[in-house]
Amino acid sequence: MNALSIIIKREFSSYFATPLAYVFILVFLVLSSAFTFYLGQFYERGQADLLPFFNFHPWLYLFLIPAVSMRLWSEERKTGSIELLLTLPITLWDAILGKFLAAWAFVGLALVGTFPIWLSVNYLGQPDNGAILAGYMGSWLMSGAFLAIGCCMSALTKNQIIAFILTGITCLFLVLAGFPMVLNFFESWVPSLVLDLITGLSIISHFIAISKGVLALTDLVYFFAMMVLWLYLTHLALAAKAAD
Amino acid sequence: MIKVSHLVKQFGPLTAVNDLSFEVGPGTVLGFLGPNGAGKSTTMKMITGFLTPSSGQVSIHGHDIVAARQAAQTRLGYLPEGAPCYEEMTVKNFLTFIAEVRGARGTVRNQWVDRATDTVSLRKVLDQRIETLSKGYKRRVGLAQALIHDPDVLILDEPTDGLDPNQKHQVREMILSLSDQKIVIISTHILEEVSAVCSRALIISDGQIVLDDTPQGLRARAADHLAVSLKVDGLDPEALKIACQALSECERVEIAEGGLVTVFPVPGSSGLLMALQMLIADKGWQVAQLQQHEGQLDEVFRQVTLEAQR
Repeated sequence: MNALSIIIKREFSSYFATPLAYVFILVFLVLSSAFTFYLGQFYERGQADLLPFFNFHPWLYLFLIPAVSMRLWSEERKTGSIELLLTLPITLWDAILGKFLAAWAFVGLALVGTFPIWLSVNYLGQPDNGAILAGYMGSWLMSGAFLAIGCCMSALTKNQIIAFILTGITCLFLVLAGFPMVLNFFESWVPSLVLDLITGLSIISHFIAISKGVLALTDLVYFFAMMVLWLYLTHLALAAKAAD
Repeated sequence: MIKVSHLVKQFGPLTAVNDLSFEVGPGTVLGFLGPNGAGKSTTMKMITGFLTPSSGQVSIHGHDIVAARQAAQTRLGYLPEGAPCYEEMTVKNFLTFIAEVRGARGTVRNQWVDRATDTVSLRKVLDQRIETLSKGYKRRVGLAQALIHDPDVLILDEPTDGLDPNQKHQVREMILSLSDQKIVIISTHILEEVSAVCSRALIISDGQIVLDDTPQGLRARAADHLAVSLKVDGLDPEALKIACQALSECERVEIAEGGLVTVFPVPGSSGLLMALQMLIADKGWQVAQLQQHEGQLDEVFRQVTLEAQR
């Protein structure tokens, strides 16, 4: 076991030492089911797939992921335990990746907890289970991108509320970037190259492709690139101002 | 051996640590003394590798804290100010985590946890969450994690701050009981702590060392070092003052409220007490009170830190 896995283990179990884990999982399961069955008209559609389930994940993650990520570094800064962690003989990357991967695994666990919906759809019809698996993958990748953003915002401030809001707003922008209302706003005054870039940044367009069962390389690259970028920014932020 | 040379830390326009240099060898308990904001904690944060110096070097047993940070950090244990730790964990899980991060596995890890637990007497609360513990116990948990790998170098930032007198005593006993082969650096603004545990003291003010001496050496700088206070039954303080002033060892005499007369020695002389005792025997005075002063550390502290600020 190396330093990274020890950090992951500690971080992961710390979720279950407080009510946070149970509250998060409960809220996630209740809301994702409620959205699927009521707003998503799971039954009324008469189709054996989980699109109505996955379609709401970006919106659900918008406020649930910042709730998980806000404490990652803010709390360490506030209590001063960051000083303890970063004077242990580990690298800064061990600490950053350890926290991130533990949070990502935790959200993955919450996703796995939604399996009754998968059981239901299999009971009701013959869905394309490959597409459903791809949908789960896409959702998990998206949560990873959100968490990486949250990691970075949390590294910037001692205040968890600020970390929550900054993460939420950044993620909201990325979710909305592909929507006409945002694109129309930019359309009139930015070059089309920039407009393409904004569209390309949109989490939604990449997620929708995957949730329909199409695992394209560009979408995978997009999500991993997001994670790498934001974790790198986290590293920069911590290296520059861990002590503030 | 810790070598600190020309250490500087700037936060924007503020210079928190300004060209600090010193060396400490094994077997020393070095006290960092200084007013709040003098740069004690900032210096410790640079020695432990938490902060990167703006310029200057720190080397711990030959490992540079910037270039070979991890190698240096394996050699040291650090108690940050306020003894922060992961409060949602139990004491046992927390210490196990620290031991594992520091490379211990299996039985070695358990031995480390056991040894640290016994050194700071935590056995009773091993399975309690840290957040439920009293301040004294929390501080001990912080000490246990700093000690767990039996490091050569211990950096303790205000280890007794906020503890009650009994707990302070325990922590000091513990610091004293550590092997004489270690280097211990503690920061404090409690002066009695310096005489209680330190073999050397650095007074830091405005990021600079203003005094580097033993606690005895510090005391010797006090104005009342070796001064003698006395009170004689049936003798007017003024008359006593005149009699004392006649002594060659006496520099000056002060009369406090209540008639206590304090005689200050000529700097460098050590025979004042003896001379006074001979005077008393000679005159046949009935002495109600007689006391020699060791020297007030806080007076020295005030003197040198205020001078430095001027």
